[in-house]
Amino acid sequence: MAELVVVAPGPLTLVQDAGRPGYAAMGVGRSGAFDTGAYELGRRLVGNAVGAAALEVLLGGLTVRATAATRAVITGGLVQATVDGRPVGYGEPFYLLPGEQLRLGHCTRGIRAYVSVAGGLDVPPVLGSRATDTLSGIGPRPLAAGDVIPLGEAAPPPRADVAPLTPPADGLVTLDALPGPRTDWLVIPNLDGDWTVAPDSNRVGIRLAGHQWSRAKNSEIPSEGVVRGSIQLPPDGRPVIFGPDHPTTGGYPVVGVLTDASCDRLAQLRPGQRLRFRTVTK
Amino acid sequence: MRLLPSGERAVLVELADTDEVLALAEPVRMLAGVEDVVPGEHTLLVTVGAPGDLEAVRRALPGVGSAAASRVSTPRTVDIHVTYDGPDLAAVAAHTGLTVAEVVSAHTATPWRVGFGGFAPGFAYLVGGDPRLEVPRRAEPRPSVPAGAVGLAGRYSGIYPRSSPGGWQLIGHTDAVLFDVDADPPALLQPGMTVRFVS
Repeated sequence: MAELVVVAPGPLTLVQDAGRPGYAAMGVGRSGAFDTGAYELGRRLVGNAVGAAALEVLLGGLTVRATAATRAVITGGLVQATVDGRPVGYGEPFYLLPGEQLRLGHCTRGIRAYVSVAGGLDVPPVLGSRATDTLSGIGPRPLAAGDVIPLGEAAPPPRADVAPLTPPADGLVTLDALPGPRTDWLVIPNLDGDWTVAPDSNRVGIRLAGHQWSRAKNSEIPSEGVVRGSIQLPPDGRPVIFGPDHPTTGGYPVVGVLTDASCDRLAQLRPGQRLRFRTVTK
Repeated sequence: MRLLPSGERAVLVELADTDEVLALAEPVRMLAGVEDVVPGEHTLLVTVGAPGDLEAVRRALPGVGSAAASRVSTPRTVDIHVTYDGPDLAAVAAHTGLTVAEVVSAHTATPWRVGFGGFAPGFAYLVGGDPRLEVPRRAEPRPSVPAGAVGLAGRYSGIYPRSSPGGWQLIGHTDAVLFDVDADPPALLQPGMTVRFVS
């Protein structure tokens, strides 16, 4: 059976897939890959089935060894990578021969690179998914050196073997947000303002520093269900944008919700990177 | 029923009270295209798998509401055996003006209802208990509350499914397993269920 042996996990490498919808009423969120577009592209480039698990590599630094010949691809955060010293492309599938090591450098654009391997990562699913939910602790724990990850059976390679990929943006990023459900909690009911990504951001939430919104009301709202991409307004006026491991309910007003495409851009924002919102209507 | 926007693949349904939320939750889960429903205290979040399904679900919701209101639901009842030895039992008695024995009998005599979840897998906000038990959260949350701790906060009661930080007033503990990924369903307490505490 083909396996990946973890030589070095980097700062934080997680197993992720399309997530585990359907359990939010029990307090289990969807989780899954943060940059869904990058994850889906990688999955398709190695010919994996819908929902196959891949590695989400925060900042780079991962080294893995294959025990059998396998095909893989890197998408998402832009990262220099080598196989036994030979450079491999970005968004361009490559082969790992038995014993060869794939080594990722540091992400130079974006912060989450996805390593998709033919056959997918065949760790045991929990509640129908292999995703690691960092908030609830459900799913596999983060990778550690020495871990051996079994791979599923690979399908024939797809016809397309390279994807024209634009790496995540540097500099000021504009995120599209739909209004509501609680936009009326803003004194000025629009989402204008410039922020930077605070360093204490993670898959649960991206915290913003800079501009503060004024709340029109000071009470809490009764707990209500929230979605990924919700822009939540805590009492201190500094917005938090929920990532894939967000709590399933919250007691602070949600003043806007990012579009799916902007959620993917959010996944790649580096601490200190500038952002602003653009209100869109569907 | 008021429909509030919640992004490309969800709508937040605002309702009068928890009873309306619970009446709507399961019928809405059956609608074509619905991926998940999340009860809140006065709201039901409805998410769809594909953004293209959202409009049809939004249009179907008012009809589900009237059908659900006329349905008689028979929620399951779960008995939770509690040892009333919590570290905040005396503080709860002092705050409510009841004796410790009266706190215990108030907690056990009136059945509770699972309103909604959140906070942690398997955690349930229990509503509808004896109104005399309304107490504030602790001023200083505990860094670690053991699994099985039974607490009060606001007008809610709840049971910690696993060890975690927490600010609820702890009145007892139970050996009941609140969450198990290998069980089906994994959570013992589902929205709409009746919970009876047994001393």
